[in-house]
Amino acid sequence: MYKKIMVPVDLAHFDVIEPSLQVVADQAKHYGAEVCYVAVTATTPSSVAHNPEEYQQKLEAFAQERAKVHGQPVSARVITCPDPIADLDDVLVDAIDEVGADLVIMPTHPPKHLDVIIPAHGGKVATHTKASVFLVRPQQD
Amino acid sequence: MTNNHKAPEAAASSEGIPAPEGPANLIDTDYVIGQDNITARALGINLDLHGKVFTISSLVILFFVIVTLALQDQVEPIFNAIFGFLTGNLSWFFLLAANIFVVLSIVLIFTPLGKVRIGGAHATPDFSYAGWFAMLFAAGMGIGLMFYGVSEPITHFGTAMGGTTLEDGLRTDWSPLGAAAGDQEGAISLGMAATIFHWGLHPWGIYAVVALALALFSYNKGLPLTMRSIFYPVLGERVWGWPGHIIDILAVFATLFGLATSLGLGASQASAGLSYLFGVPNTEVTMVLLIMGITVVALGSVVLGVEKGVQRLSQFNMVLAFLLLAFVIAVGPTLLIATGFFENLMSYLVNLPALSNPFGREDANFSQGWTAFYWAWWISWSPFVGMFIARVSRGRTVREFLVAVLLVPSVVSVLWMTSFGGTAIDQVVNEGFQGVQEAALELQLFVMLGQLPLTAITSFVGILLVMVFFITSSDSGSLVIDAITAGGKVDAPKPQRIFWALIEGAVAIALLLGGGLTALQTAVITTGLPFTLILLVACYAIVKGLMSEPRSV
Repeated sequence: MYKKIMVPVDLAHFDVIEPSLQVVADQAKHYGAEVCYVAVTATTPSSVAHNPEEYQQKLEAFAQERAKVHGQPVSARVITCPDPIADLDDVLVDAIDEVGADLVIMPTHPPKHLDVIIPAHGGKVATHTKASVFLVRPQQD
Repeated sequence: MTNNHKAPEAAASSEGIPAPEGPANLIDTDYVIGQDNITARALGINLDLHGKVFTISSLVILFFVIVTLALQDQVEPIFNAIFGFLTGNLSWFFLLAANIFVVLSIVLIFTPLGKVRIGGAHATPDFSYAGWFAMLFAAGMGIGLMFYGVSEPITHFGTAMGGTTLEDGLRTDWSPLGAAAGDQEGAISLGMAATIFHWGLHPWGIYAVVALALALFSYNKGLPLTMRSIFYPVLGERVWGWPGHIIDILAVFATLFGLATSLGLGASQASAGLSYLFGVPNTEVTMVLLIMGITVVALGSVVLGVEKGVQRLSQFNMVLAFLLLAFVIAVGPTLLIATGFFENLMSYLVNLPALSNPFGREDANFSQGWTAFYWAWWISWSPFVGMFIARVSRGRTVREFLVAVLLVPSVVSVLWMTSFGGTAIDQVVNEGFQGVQEAALELQLFVMLGQLPLTAITSFVGILLVMVFFITSSDSGSLVIDAITAGGKVDAPKPQRIFWALIEGAVAIALLLGGGLTALQTAVITTGLPFTLILLVACYAIVKGLMSEPRSV
């Protein structure tokens, strides 16, 4: 049903994305879909990489690692923008069309009051794309 | 290898994939950006801050606000005395340093080092020329041109006409150089040259040095985008410790108080303008409402980010400023402005050596009270403006960068000063209208516009420009402070930049109501001294850094 799954990742906050990675692996195997890992970063040096080129290498290595887990074809794409904190949602929505994904799997936090002022990325992406969006909540204890 | 890279790069950029950025000489350090940061969740808000820089900056800011409010009468003389000492005894140092910055910037344009590209040999610009230039200008001096475009030329013209006065062998007049007593043509020429001197190559040279050093060490060398990175060639790994913390804290201090005090003073000036134009009561309530309004819009812009917030507002303002400029040129003494542009430019170049001479000056009031004051002021703003310029300049070559940051704005300043100042001087000498000279500083622009047609519209545009320039300063300032206090991370959580924008407005309101705006502004300008030293180091770092960079082809 789904051919290409886009997975936004942030290598600087690995703990946030980790729970959703198993979901990605299961879905990718189930649908026999390709997985495209997408990262959005500023052009300035970050805690992950000194420049976008280095980030791309790290993301590709990460994607290959995941490929060993789920055995599906993978690709990696780093998207730069000057102010990722502000532009993340828009950049992700555009990226969905660019990579040609029909399913997006991303982690999100449980709803909270603060969402009124600073809405969750997952929810905003879902309202602006035609692709299906699977939002993975953190495990409840 | 360049040709092979060109094609995929062009194709890739439209898809949003970063192409290989080409060779650049990274600095090899074990420091990981954000390694000293504290990440936490408080009340459902994520935080990611540099523990020491954030905490100490916040405490220092709080301390200064409380002390200034509580001991206003005691601290004001102290700040004034320190500042008087600096401009009085160290004016040669400011003048000499500023000359070095200008010379270095101009020399770099013409050397092969100008070919180095910021962000690596194959980096592509993040912003269009229009957006980039608008942001450079709005951050650099937009607001100042609004306030001083009329008042400074007319002041220097007046003092130059007055000639020199001596008392005990010391000059007591405020005129530049040897003045031009009774010589109207000469006084206009000297007055314009002196004004352009303060708004031309030197301020932009100061900004260019800071911005270029930061951009180089961040985008090409892979160090975090904070002031301390400039010191890497000198201090090595020690920049990640206390020497670096202190540099960053000083930058936060200068930026926050520079913005807050000028926001407070600007609000009182805008309120005076509003009451002059529209009869709005010129009260503290109006000023507080203005600050709150500016802060709210700045908050919106900060949340929208650089591209959709600051860039759009800056472009909007550039269009407005250009329309106002075109209007003044067309409706004012057009021919006088056209010929004046070239005459003033010539007069500037002819007087430049004498005006920028740091030693043995006879015009002490002018060179200390005006020039050294301005240089200290520009330098104290340079961490903020420089960091912001650096952030938006990736992908430009050093040559392109210096032409755009140094030469183009200087020419625009000449045109602006010629149009606004020239029109006002024309009103005084040719039309016999003394209104501008007699008006209060903040009203001189509006009095000048009042003599031209469509006053209501142009004055409204003037007020709007002032406010939008404040908004762009406030939000680019918040982005800069946030990046410094997050250890150079530009992607720290959003609430942090909102926090800084709010603090800025709050500090401005507290000082406006409690008093002490001018006192604290004086304190900010005194940070010009340590920053001058930092900038001199930056000059060394730029040359050293550029030498080790591959040049773009």
